[in-house]
Amino acid sequence: MHELALADAVMKAAVQAADDAGMARIDKLVVKVGELQQIEKDLFEFSLANVLAGQDPRLREATFDVSLEPVRFECNSCHHGYGRQDVSLDDGDGGEAIHFIPELSHAFARCPKCGSPDFEILAGRGITLERLEGSGPDE
Amino acid sequence: MSNSVDPRPFAIADRLAGVGRIVGVSGSKGGIGKSVVASTMALALADAGSRVGLFDLDFTSPSDHVVLGVERSFPDEQFGIDPHEAHGVQMMSIAFFAGEAAVPLRGAATTNALLELLAITRWGDLDVLILDMPPGLGDTSLDVINLLPRLEFLLVGNGSRVVIESVRRALSLLAELDVPLVGLLENIQRVADGAVASLAAEFDVAYLGPIPFDPGFEAALGDIRLLRETAVYRELARMLAPGLPATK
Repeated sequence: MHELALADAVMKAAVQAADDAGMARIDKLVVKVGELQQIEKDLFEFSLANVLAGQDPRLREATFDVSLEPVRFECNSCHHGYGRQDVSLDDGDGGEAIHFIPELSHAFARCPKCGSPDFEILAGRGITLERLEGSGPDE
Repeated sequence: MSNSVDPRPFAIADRLAGVGRIVGVSGSKGGIGKSVVASTMALALADAGSRVGLFDLDFTSPSDHVVLGVERSFPDEQFGIDPHEAHGVQMMSIAFFAGEAAVPLRGAATTNALLELLAITRWGDLDVLILDMPPGLGDTSLDVINLLPRLEFLLVGNGSRVVIESVRRALSLLAELDVPLVGLLENIQRVADGAVASLAAEFDVAYLGPIPFDPGFEAALGDIRLLRETAVYRELARMLAPGLPATK
């Protein structure tokens, strides 16, 4: 499961953010999972829980708020804006490739209006740590 | 934290923790044999007993798998993804995922693909990880310089004035950015005019030697037995016999 590596990256980013903010305890990690990466919410929550052991002690009691972010594309050729329902992303090897590297959508997906592979992924690409909730050393 | 955070850069140091040296094989012009040098170097080092990784960072035109004759193979997934082992070399390439599909990427997408693969690839214990860089000093070169503090470069050039001019710019930038250099390798040498060696001396960089033009090389692409009989392999194996040179 390569999701575990991404979950581990989230933990490391959270620890750095907690250091920067002077947090003594991390209560909640708010995480967005981009629709393009085709990782299920439950699976990513499981992955986060799975990598928790061995991480910074401030994370020990942390809970996770994982939500899916819809993908939005904009074509660089015709400027058409479109979403997940407008393109085929999960056909065979193409879907598997995009799951690992979302940028491979440029290899396997096309603008539904003009057929161009030249598009921007405006939102919903991959994993982001949106917010930390916790308390400082004096609380 | 006030803004959302991309977590991937935070995992990179861990993924590369077991890697001794990280060497970007680069050159500022296309067609001077960076991929051939990077792939053959990896093979020669592995043949000599080193633990070697080869990461093809030329995402829009990956070719290391062609040089080493490796078929598309989706990497195994565990805690991340494992490189594909071929001929004793641990390989990662976007071609393993894309197959023969064209991969048209703009700069930001190139950076994202690089970050993703750096964050999820488990290189394990290696003596050296060779990065086959795309031509020029664009997004990927700047990204790896920023993301990989231990990075060294090995530049490939030849005696053509067009290449010399371009490699001079690269040497100048790498010196300005304080990026350590393994040396300057002269590839596809047709005339021994000393131009590449002079350029190396001008920048106080090791001249790693010439690899002569080998008209039979094309026939050896993808065939490991033939590849090991080429002048490219022989010269690289000879140069690397004492080990990968230290940086200056």
